[in-house]
Amino acid sequence: MTTSTPAIRLRGVTKRFPGSSEDAVSDLDLDVEQGSIVVLVGPSGCGKTTTLRMINRLIEPTSGTIEIEGQDVAALPTTQLRRGIGYVIQQVGLFPHRTIEANIATVPRTLGWDKGRIRARVEELVDVVGIDRHMLTRYPDELSGGQQQRVGVARALAADPPVLLMDEPFGAVDPIVRTRLQDELLELQSRVHKTIVLVTHDLDEAVKIADRIVLLNVGGVVEQYASPDQLLRQPASEFVASFVGEDRSMRRLNLSTVADLPYHHGPVVEVGASPAQARSAMEDEGSEWLGLTDGACFLGWVEGTEVVDGRRLGDLHRFLPAAQVRPDSSLRNAMEVILNSRTTVAVIDDDGAFGGVVTLERIRRALAAPAADDATSPEGALPDAANAGTAAADPATGHGR
Amino acid sequence: MPLTTSAANPLIRWSYFTEQWDRIQEALLQHIQLTLLAVAAGFVISAGLAFLGLRYRWSIGPITLFAATLYTIPSVAFFGVLVNYLGLGLLTALIPLTAFTILILVTNILDGFNAVPAPVREAADGMGLTPTQRLFTVEIPIAVPYMINGLRIATVTTVGLVTVAAIIGYGGLGRLILDGLRRTFWTPLTIGASLSILLALLFDLLFFLLGAKLTPWAKRKQTL
Ligand SMILES: Nc1ncnc2c1ncn2[C@@H]1O[C@H](COP(=O)(O)OP(=O)(O)OP(=O)(O)O)[C@@H](O)[C@H]1O
Ligand SMILES: [Mg+2]
Repeated sequence: MTTSTPAIRLRGVTKRFPGSSEDAVSDLDLDVEQGSIVVLVGPSGCGKTTTLRMINRLIEPTSGTIEIEGQDVAALPTTQLRRGIGYVIQQVGLFPHRTIEANIATVPRTLGWDKGRIRARVEELVDVVGIDRHMLTRYPDELSGGQQQRVGVARALAADPPVLLMDEPFGAVDPIVRTRLQDELLELQSRVHKTIVLVTHDLDEAVKIADRIVLLNVGGVVEQYASPDQLLRQPASEFVASFVGEDRSMRRLNLSTVADLPYHHGPVVEVGASPAQARSAMEDEGSEWLGLTDGACFLGWVEGTEVVDGRRLGDLHRFLPAAQVRPDSSLRNAMEVILNSRTTVAVIDDDGAFGGVVTLERIRRALAAPAADDATSPEGALPDAANAGTAAADPATGHGR
Repeated sequence: MPLTTSAANPLIRWSYFTEQWDRIQEALLQHIQLTLLAVAAGFVISAGLAFLGLRYRWSIGPITLFAATLYTIPSVAFFGVLVNYLGLGLLTALIPLTAFTILILVTNILDGFNAVPAPVREAADGMGLTPTQRLFTVEIPIAVPYMINGLRIATVTTVGLVTVAAIIGYGGLGRLILDGLRRTFWTPLTIGASLSILLALLFDLLFFLLGAKLTPWAKRKQTL
């Protein structure tokens, strides 16, 4: 698929712990592209942690090879290897006898950075992970579990390693902070392009942050290695299907944003248009409502029955839109907005400018379309009834009629 | 003759302090010296044994058994037997005193290292600390409160035991006590015993303060 060497490459990696009759990880092949986030998910005990630990050689594989940037890790001194890999462990493992500041500074200190540089780096990192600076002088015992976990992430990032291994890094934080940290991670990633292997129990987290997901089964067997969308759209096995669950389509809605939909103008015309033009726009969409714009600005909805010859569109009574979304809203969010307003159409507010409309039907169509064919999917080939959704409910007040 | 107090033989005759100050001072210094030497030697030996035990886990059993056996030897017998081989000297006094500290110190040092949480070790390794760096920057600091606790108990016990070494002429304050018993004279006995108790309490306090100073991170858990 890609021409460059993957940042991390596992070939036939197997681990059987002494005294065990089963492989914890068996014959694992995995390529992690430079600058991408690969997320390992799977049931407890399926070998996720073991896989991470083999990459930084906290565990030596029974057989198989692991390369980082083309270099066999077995050939590197472990200390050198590990200093280039940030590691967030599942149980956090902060040093209890050191302050938060000293904890974060561990690797920079061993690398011999000067004090000023370490201090600056530490302050930068606590801002990134959302820890108050006044906590720097505290000891880990004086922090909540979630705060400790964030310090663990900061500590792993400290020396700016090109590769990060994160074992359930947000497991102990509450959902709100978790979402924020996920967003932080994605934001950080868009700037620094680390190669990240992250483990999680949370499929939504995986779907949200992964470029690719590895779904492991017990024994460290790969059930599917695919993009989040592919995993949800085409589960490769019964196991994957049951793991991703019945609501996989709902999960897919998280993956796309309103901006990913093909532009849809909807039954909307300029306020200066003639009533005939307006009626034709409504007919095309099968809509009983008409939207009015003034240049880039969306003015509101008017009732179709009021659009008669001889009355200027601008004089009609306008209703403000009940549902509005932004281009970067997820489709799930758009659907939520539409359902909550009990209309079937939401106006896209692109920084104050009219950016088209979203309907439930458009969302349904986006999900149904195979990803590769999205661009070519012929709109006109769908039966007219597909557009009926636009007219089913009142887009302005949200009341069905 | 039973030891009873009377006007002629009060519990304490204060003039004794001024008259016999040199003797008291000498006894006190010897007591401190014996205690510190025994505990220091015991700590060095125990650290070595603990290192062995951590290196070769199977040896922890035999090491503990050895230390416990030493601990069970009646002190009077220990001193008495050694005199036959080593004569009446500092070493004869020191060996049993040292031997008695080992069980306390070894178990506490081992407890200290076992108190290092596995994830903390894993984090240290995962960040690329060498085993030596891990030992000195992570494991020893975490074990320090346990070590200090061991030293505290060992020292306080040793202060009490030193008095027994008086039977071979090396007992520090024990010699005052023995003298008082021999002469059925209350004053040296009272002074020897009281100073011994005070010394033990003083050491206890010093180690507590040392512990608090060295382990600010554990301050919320420390109690007197
Ligand atoms: N040090 C070890 N010695 C023996 N067996 C081990 C060891 N570490 C892990 N295992 C076994 O290997 C298997 C995989 O463990 P691993 O910790 O990789 O699972 P995991 O996917 O991370 O699980 P979880 O989601 O619960 O963290 C398990 O069956 C576990 O019992
Ligand atoms: Mg795990």
